[in-house]
Amino acid sequence: MPVTVKTFASFGEAASALSSDRGARYLGGGTLVMRALNEGDISISTVVRVTDGALSRIDVASSRITLGAGVTFAKILAERDLAFLHAPARSIGGPAVRNMGTVGGNLFAPSPYGDFTVALLALDATVSVQGGLGARDMAIEEFLQSRERQSGALVLAVSCARPASADAFRYRKIARIKPKGGSVITIAAHLPVSGGRISGARIALASMAATQIRARAAERALEGRALDDAAISAAAAAATEGVSPADNALGSAWYRREIVGVHLRRLLSGLE
Amino acid sequence: MTKTPLQFRHNGRDVAVFVDGGVNLLVALRELIGDMTPKFGCGQGGCGACSVLIDGELHLSCLTLAETVNGRSIETLDGLKDGPNLHPLQRAFMEQFAAQCGYCTPGMLMAAKALLDRNPSPTRAEVIEAISGNICRCTGYEPIINAVLAAATSGRARA
Ligand SMILES: Cc1cc2nc3c(=O)[nH]c(=O)nc-3n(C[C@H](O)[C@H](O)[C@H](O)COP(=O)(O)OP(=O)(O)OC[C@H]3O[C@@H](n4cnc5c(N)ncnc54)[C@H](O)[C@@H]3O)c2cc1C
Ligand code: FES
Ligand code: FES
Repeated sequence: MPVTVKTFASFGEAASALSSDRGARYLGGGTLVMRALNEGDISISTVVRVTDGALSRIDVASSRITLGAGVTFAKILAERDLAFLHAPARSIGGPAVRNMGTVGGNLFAPSPYGDFTVALLALDATVSVQGGLGARDMAIEEFLQSRERQSGALVLAVSCARPASADAFRYRKIARIKPKGGSVITIAAHLPVSGGRISGARIALASMAATQIRARAAERALEGRALDDAAISAAAAAATEGVSPADNALGSAWYRREIVGVHLRRLLSGLE
Repeated sequence: MTKTPLQFRHNGRDVAVFVDGGVNLLVALRELIGDMTPKFGCGQGGCGACSVLIDGELHLSCLTLAETVNGRSIETLDGLKDGPNLHPLQRAFMEQFAAQCGYCTPGMLMAAKALLDRNPSPTRAEVIEAISGNICRCTGYEPIINAVLAAATSGRARA
């Protein structure tokens, strides 16, 4: 069934159009929206687009980086100053998907997708959202927990602090098909070190619950400690606390629980 | 339902069509322009048979809303040859037996072209990465990888 395509020059108009129409869906790169349309998803009656270049801006000038929601993974890979985000960007799809898919769309991508969002969750990102009533910033964790209710809002940008060192941020996607493939598990860890001890540990997981989640027990096991064998073992043992993975074609819930600690240990130990 | 006018460059030639809302670029190319070289494999982004270049970048035409290419430049396999002369990639695919049924070939060739335009001397790993979004169900990937590497070598020899 044909849909109505509404193209707006400003994101404010697009946000109003989205919030006032239940059947409206925002089109980012379209990799998931167009798939739904091709499959005849009748819940979409209107597609909303924005031509405003502001949504595809990258700001890397300060210690805090900001990525417009429309920034593609290929654009991130072309930006040397965003090297810490290259591993998550590179882990998504094939080259065409990386040329099309956006950071904003990834925030809404259901499992086994949403890999980039795992990195953003470990980096304590902030999501700027424009609703019918105006703009506001939300912590990414809060955003993800209320994702179902965000469907009428437009994401403008995400921002996060740059990790203090290359070693402080780590990312690992476990997939069956390489170099691309859906996530069996995705793990990102941000481990800032102060005086030889981890301070403000963040570990984020995908494919281990309905949305991306923090592995809080594993974070607690690392907090205030040096990243030594004992701390790594404690974190790996705690990795399954609070998870509720699903069975899907890529792996069973049982398998995911079995391997999450193994891969967290490898990530924290710096093993390939 | 009103139709929307759409203009873009198609293999160097300006074209104008009217599209229904929500129509994807693959349908616009095949059914409205009559360019049957991009193939429909899955309509889900999974196979790469519909790959085209949009402003020089590899995209999946089945997942591209047709209206978003207004004013842009599209390249498909149909525009790869230069008059009667095959593109080095097409020649290499023939010489290296890199096609059997040929269904994936247009998408493979466009993915390979996107790579060679950017990087005329790719490594084997870079070729594998470049075609990683394209599925071939019958030839097997080795002859395809070899053909892309051979085309890169022949391109350098000519330059
Ligand atoms: C073959 C294939 C392989 C893939 N592989 C991976 C993978 O390995 N890892 C992975 O994480 N993903 C993968 N994906 C999924 C997808 O491409 C990415 O998650 C991508 O980031 C989605 O972004 P998009 O802009 O294309 O989303 P769209 O399809 O445009 O949108 C997806 C959803 O997000 C909403 N949305 C998009 N932008 C905004 C915004 N600014 N504000 C509010 N709502 C918005 C849309 O309305 C829609 O509901 C794959 C997809 C395909 C087809
Ligand atoms: S038809 Fe477009 S990717 Fe399969
Ligand atoms: S040659 Fe048949 S699918 Fe590749």
